[in-house]
Amino acid sequence: MTQSYLDLRQKTRERDRSLRDKVMSLEEAAKLVPDGASVALGGCTASRTPMAMLWALIRARKTGLTVSRSIMSTEGDLLYASGLSRHIITSWFSQGIVWGVSKVMRAYTESHRATFEEWSHMAMGLRYRAGAMGVPFMPMRSMMGSGVVDRAPGARTMECPFTGETLLLVPALNPDVALIHVQRCDAYGNAQLDGLSFMDIDIAMAANRVILTTERIVSNDQIRRHPDQTKIGFFTVDAVVEVPFGSAPHECYGLYEPFYSHMDLYAQMTAKDPDKGAAEYLERFHYEPKDWADYLSRIGMAELLDAQRRGSGIYDD
Amino acid sequence: MTTEPVRTAPPLAAVPAYTASELLAVMSARLLKDGQTVFAGVGIPLLAAILAQKTHAPGLTILFEGGVIGPFVEAGKLPPSTNEQRCTRRANMLVSITEVLLMLQRGYVDVGFMGGAQIDRFGNLNSSFIGDADNPKIRLPGTGGGNDIASLADMIVAMKHEKRRFVEKVDFITSPGFVDGSDSRARAGLPAGGMFRVVTDLGIMGFDEATKAMTVVALHPGVTPQAIKDNTGFELPVPADVAVTEVPGDVELAILRELDPARLYTA
Repeated sequence: MTQSYLDLRQKTRERDRSLRDKVMSLEEAAKLVPDGASVALGGCTASRTPMAMLWALIRARKTGLTVSRSIMSTEGDLLYASGLSRHIITSWFSQGIVWGVSKVMRAYTESHRATFEEWSHMAMGLRYRAGAMGVPFMPMRSMMGSGVVDRAPGARTMECPFTGETLLLVPALNPDVALIHVQRCDAYGNAQLDGLSFMDIDIAMAANRVILTTERIVSNDQIRRHPDQTKIGFFTVDAVVEVPFGSAPHECYGLYEPFYSHMDLYAQMTAKDPDKGAAEYLERFHYEPKDWADYLSRIGMAELLDAQRRGSGIYDD
Repeated sequence: MTTEPVRTAPPLAAVPAYTASELLAVMSARLLKDGQTVFAGVGIPLLAAILAQKTHAPGLTILFEGGVIGPFVEAGKLPPSTNEQRCTRRANMLVSITEVLLMLQRGYVDVGFMGGAQIDRFGNLNSSFIGDADNPKIRLPGTGGGNDIASLADMIVAMKHEKRRFVEKVDFITSPGFVDGSDSRARAGLPAGGMFRVVTDLGIMGFDEATKAMTVVALHPGVTPQAIKDNTGFELPVPADVAVTEVPGDVELAILRELDPARLYTA
């Protein structure tokens, strides 16, 4: 499970980490994710989800991924239903509290068609942190005494050599590929994040390959004017794809809030018959659209404008 | 878990001026003290924390799992989770999820505050599996930060008081309370924090100093000891001289309704 330190360094050494143009299309970026890879997603719940990249992977009929994220929302359902992944590692998995427990997640896990591997939220964070730090584990003080720890593969307790206390060790997570959506970055992959950063910075450092999708590509000069705002460095990034509304129908801080009516539609479509509902949703919004703009058109202009109006309002007094 | 809750004495029948959720929010808000730092989940905990800010605790600092420190959430714009931009309104500081959870571990949080699906005599919470974990009847969403908060802070839990939710032993411990009672929590590796109060629509519960079993601290107006007995799946003693809470005030209810006009969390 935990990668050997020298292997990890070797993989890093083999990457072209130079300051070079990495801009490509969604379809080209999808080719950088092999079937069966372990993939980490940036963002959290319905925020800065790398939806466009997942959309491209689903359309490319990729399969067998093991996917981890801080918290999974509707994208987790779509991973299961499309077959892109049947093994999800996360701390919480459902569309969102206001929509109740995900029917699709329930249908797949309760019938043992898919795995939902549960860790505490801090454990997810420290697993990525250990991966980012180049150490095999991190010690922590939660999960003990619960049932969660018994079902978390690789977690184990140790006696602290300094204090004699019992601590929990969680193994490093170094994903093969990280998919992260950001507000802006340059062609080299220097990314500036607005608002909540979630676990993205650690994920980028931990991964052996990083694909950034971005609302817009800005010049390297613009990045260099505010280097303190650069949260993900070009040297970790392998691909840059410009995708406006790349988290739709989820949120991208300061630009658009979640598309609530569409989220309601999704909940309705999957409420009665989760299998059929999710398949219909995938057909209509993932397989049929001719491109990303067509996907957004199908969600609808009124919804998009509403989400954008609410999103930009965060900066109003 | 198939037993439907039986209510012999509906507590709200006599005072239909507020919903059970509003009662929960008001009673929980009153437990928070000015100057405290509270790690709040979305829903009733968030509403209660904002209500406390707007009444007796203007200096209450709210922390959200999404990485938010000290926000003032806007009325009518309640966030659907603790990870959306709405949570960050007028915050002092935004950090990563991992950093905010590490603040909890470092000891900067006074109170952890969340809802619960199922709780047992020792305050253990389940939000993972109904039935056997290997073959669950219902797969629930899981811990999120719940396990971390319950492991590392003094806890207030707000939930509906129903027999199927108040069980002798939870199907699965997602977020540990006092584990098997007495000092078993510390022995499991959790020397700090633990259950402080459980607020329900029937009353306010605490935990015995020595055994760490749940006890009744106060009943809401009109609630009888029999109602506690009928709606609890384990023995929950009501002391003869048990306190009675004060009904939600007009100001408290008005603030809640302004905060949640669409009744997302207070229906």
